[in-house]
Amino acid sequence: MMSTMEDAQPLVQVTGATVRFRSDTALDGVDFRMFAGEVHSLMGENGAGKSTLIKALTGALALDAGEVRLGGEVVRFATPHDAHLAGISTVYQEIDLLPNLTVAENIALGREPRNRVGAIDWAATRRLAHDALAALGLEIDPASVLGTHPLAVQQLVAIARAISTDVKVLVLDEPTSSLDFDEVAELFRVIRELKARGVAILFVSHFLDQVYEICDRITVLRNGRLVGEYLTTELLRIDLVQKMLGRSAAALAERQTFDAPDDDSSVTLSARGVTVLPGIADADVDLVEGEVLGVAGLLGSGRTKLARALTGVDRLEAGIIRIDGQERRLSSPRRALSLGVVYSSENRRTEGLIGELSVLENITLALQAQRGVLRRIRSARQRELAASWVEALDIRPPDLDRPVASLSGGNQQKVLLARLLALSPRVIVLDEPTRGIDVGAKVEIQNLVGELADNGLSVVFISAELEEVLRVGTRVAILQDGRVVDVVPSEGLTTDSLLAMVARSEGDEA
Amino acid sequence: MNAVMKHRLFWPVVVLLALILVNTLSRPSFVSITVQDGRLYGSLIDILRNSAPLMLVALGMTLVIATRGIDLSVGAVMAVSGAVALQIIQDSGDAANPSVLAVAIGAGLLAGLACGLWNGFLIAVLGIQPIIATLVLMLAGRGIALLITRGFITTINSDPYKFMAQGYVVGLPFAFYVSLAAIAIVAVIERRTALGVLTEAVGINPEASRLAGVRARGIIWGAYAASGLLAGFAGLLYSSNIMAADANAAGLYIELDAILAVVLGGTSLAGGTFSLAGTVVGVFTIQTLKSTITFLGVPPAVTPVFMAAVVVLVVLIQSSRFRRWVGRLGGRLSVRSAQPVERTEVAS
Repeated sequence: MMSTMEDAQPLVQVTGATVRFRSDTALDGVDFRMFAGEVHSLMGENGAGKSTLIKALTGALALDAGEVRLGGEVVRFATPHDAHLAGISTVYQEIDLLPNLTVAENIALGREPRNRVGAIDWAATRRLAHDALAALGLEIDPASVLGTHPLAVQQLVAIARAISTDVKVLVLDEPTSSLDFDEVAELFRVIRELKARGVAILFVSHFLDQVYEICDRITVLRNGRLVGEYLTTELLRIDLVQKMLGRSAAALAERQTFDAPDDDSSVTLSARGVTVLPGIADADVDLVEGEVLGVAGLLGSGRTKLARALTGVDRLEAGIIRIDGQERRLSSPRRALSLGVVYSSENRRTEGLIGELSVLENITLALQAQRGVLRRIRSARQRELAASWVEALDIRPPDLDRPVASLSGGNQQKVLLARLLALSPRVIVLDEPTRGIDVGAKVEIQNLVGELADNGLSVVFISAELEEVLRVGTRVAILQDGRVVDVVPSEGLTTDSLLAMVARSEGDEA
Repeated sequence: MNAVMKHRLFWPVVVLLALILVNTLSRPSFVSITVQDGRLYGSLIDILRNSAPLMLVALGMTLVIATRGIDLSVGAVMAVSGAVALQIIQDSGDAANPSVLAVAIGAGLLAGLACGLWNGFLIAVLGIQPIIATLVLMLAGRGIALLITRGFITTINSDPYKFMAQGYVVGLPFAFYVSLAAIAIVAVIERRTALGVLTEAVGINPEASRLAGVRARGIIWGAYAASGLLAGFAGLLYSSNIMAADANAAGLYIELDAILAVVLGGTSLAGGTFSLAGTVVGVFTIQTLKSTITFLGVPPAVTPVFMAAVVVLVVLIQSSRFRRWVGRLGGRLSVRSAQPVERTEVAS
């Protein structure tokens, strides 16, 4: 309402924000501001301090120094709930809703409408949820259980929850990492609507395209320090990347070429008629030694299901899997691991890492499990092994005894990779390995995948980002409705042509 | 100093020492140890001896809790194993025969192991929630024990059997050596093999562990089996102490003491990282507390209330949030801050 004339008065003004964790300074005297009715992007590598700044802003963390002003007044939030009451809502990268409750209960959680006796007014709760969903243009039954919906829908529910109160500032931390094209467009429509209503939106994403599409202003952080604040229209992408990384972008632009495997390379893994319903039906996959097979498909095309079926996580209802020409029954992940077929889940936190255990314990876990309970790896050997992986994958901070949950997303992913690679696998299936990871770490992981393939490993690389699939994959499998409809060499393909193939398949079915 | 205070065992040990201090202040003879016929006697020695059944049960409980589970059946399992062993001895008619005793003890332990395997089967294979699964045996176990003793309290007269709970070796109670052996064996199995860390992984994140190739099912099953076996041994010690198999009284409410000991030792009920040393300290704390009650002549009728009050106090002292709160209060009121806690302790 006053956004046009009150440009001089920011809605949110953070000055000299400093946060220390023991000896580390996560945030070092950062200034930050947001105006009403703008979409602001916070950019930086993992560990740059984005999450810390968000947490300080939303009451999840206390500042060691500095202050936060909201509408000109100094505020100090003891909890995220206080921030919420003051009008600052957050949707975190990892969805923090309760999958066992209904959509309506999730949206109203902690602020359920009460009736006269103080009990929850369920009718009002459903209305509240319905209105919140309607504002997002979503047709989700508020009475359905949240966990029954795909991740993307859950994400949208989380956003609906955040905007269903009188929101002044909306923080979206990687909101689009599990959304497909249409859903992103839908989200952007809502963001623009909120913006028009005068809400200040903090949009954190690793997708540069999206940042440039939706954001008015960009603040860049590096190593816990402020690099600067820029208007999106005045900042070239190449400059942005350079500011984030603090090094020349030329190093990034240099595209690593991955060798295509020789024609006479042997087939490591071959799957025929693989079926796990619902999800994938009659899928065929052939993996050649030393290749990276990219998997492209829309959300719901069965990408994750395929990965789980190939690695013994879900049991096959039909179909056979041959490894080195021999038919094998992958009855459990354990069996698959022992045959050298390993899987990295898209859900690092729930299906990958053991959060409270250390980096060392996480890296050695699969190897130890493989050796069995009795043949414990000697402590010195464990340390040596973990240290070598920490060095090889450049895991930061290089502290073996730190709980893995305290690492940034990219480093957590590397720990998970280290765990799997320690098994010296033949086939590695990576489901969204770069999801929620910053540009720098993303490139590192992509390059690592290429190196692994060059060393003879067969890699299945699943990603919602077509550009990444093309960049990493030597061939691309097009997945549609649980079937591999085509496998094409990635050479010569563009994102657009691949998108056309992925989308066409869907059109044909419908 | 700061590093010492940050150690996870710091507060459990402080609590134990505080309890001993309170006892000593109210009756200095508490810490005195006398020697008679080359045997040590005294309250502290009694605590070492009497804590043995709880020690065994609590060690098993630690492993179960580390897998995110709970075992409510341990008291009933004690009743079963005691009943099995004593019934065999009584039926044999030759209570001093070493081979009869060996069979009786073996059968008692097997009965405990079988109970644990049953629990593990329900939980690890059938996927029943631990609290429900072990509730089954908690209720049925005492009935089974009564069936074995044909509805009576089986009593025996056997000096060798009596030795387990009441005998002395090199001046110390034999039962204490049983405790020590159990601690050592469990510690070696958990920490010298990979069982400990794999158990923690399963307790923290079962699905991620499964995907990493950990045999989660086997580990969970094993934890309940171990708990059953240890409870079985505890049942033998208990029956040896009173030379009777009392299906209704054996190990009554010991599951609660065991859970409490584990929690006092700093192992979270949410599963995951566990501390055997913490459990040992927790067991001694509870046993000391029980002696305190006897010592101070608290009437039996109000014992549970007294016990509950002290437990609340102990848990508060170990709660970092409570300590911070007291600290803040201290900052504001400087002198008066620490007094409420101290006063309650002295009053006890």
